[in-house]
Amino acid sequence: MSLLKKKKRKEAEIPTSSMADIAFLLLIFFLVTTTIDVDTGIGMVLPPKLEEDVEPPPIKERNVLKILVNEQGLVLVEDQPSAVQLIREEVKKHVLNNGADPRYAEETGKALVSIKTARQTPYESYVSVLDEVWMAYFEMWDAEARALGYPDYGAYVNAIDEQDAENAIRDKIKAAISIAEPDAA
Amino acid sequence: MAGHFQKKVTTKQDIPTASLPDIIFMLLIFFMVSTVLRETTVQVRTTLPQAEALTKIDQKRLVSYIYIGPRKLDGNRLGETGVQIDDALVEDLGNVRTIMYRKLVEQPKLIVSLKVDETSEMGVVLDVQQELREAGTLRINYSSRREIPS
Repeated sequence: MSLLKKKKRKEAEIPTSSMADIAFLLLIFFLVTTTIDVDTGIGMVLPPKLEEDVEPPPIKERNVLKILVNEQGLVLVEDQPSAVQLIREEVKKHVLNNGADPRYAEETGKALVSIKTARQTPYESYVSVLDEVWMAYFEMWDAEARALGYPDYGAYVNAIDEQDAENAIRDKIKAAISIAEPDAA
Repeated sequence: MAGHFQKKVTTKQDIPTASLPDIIFMLLIFFMVSTVLRETTVQVRTTLPQAEALTKIDQKRLVSYIYIGPRKLDGNRLGETGVQIDDALVEDLGNVRTIMYRKLVEQPKLIVSLKVDETSEMGVVLDVQQELREAGTLRINYSSRREIPS
């Protein structure tokens, strides 16, 4: 009898050597199914809905850089035929003009870029135009940040985040992009 | 003296493997937490346009997606443009307003990511944007791929 009791005590152990293998199997499953791609895109903020009887604030014609994109994806900048690649420089000239050239904006703070498309304009053309406009702003912000002694705008944003300070560059050069409604056909 | 040292060297040379499962579990938990299993089937084709001026959306839980593109039909054919929110196609664009408004009430910091096919026409996109303005979901994001320098 005493012999039987001894045997029982010895067997009370679970083999744990395969535990790692099981965990590995699960790990591999999740490794394969994981997608760590972060969503990227061009951020925009739509204007709030206008009240019925409120007139939109008056804007001087001069402060608006009008960009038109037609059905074929061709571009008009200030009623002049242009190319998508030239928009970046045009926007920079417009925003940093400060009254020098009568065709462009009076002040940086008042400058506005308006993008107007037709209803048949391909989305791809619209995005490439919008992309160029945004790149113009990004490059201007980069230049401002370098003037303040930061390597680029991203470094500046990180620095002010730490200090909890206001984003002075963004206040100075506001990205004012408006998406105009197409003309009724 | 030399004999003394040699004795010490000949001790057990095994690496302790007892903590191996713990390490693996730690990795496992990391991937489990970071995994997002795809929960919707997209019924429209969305080949995203390429762009350079990209911003990242870090907080995935704030994002709601709207897919716009030609409908996928049987046998690899493409139909007319459709608008999809979550896992259903929206037939009447007027419904976008109510759907998005409900989402905004649930998540006040909502960001709407527009996944639009590059061949779509602006008319539909502008109509959807008009609906989003009505709903009050003003933060949008034109989802695009990073430009491959040619």
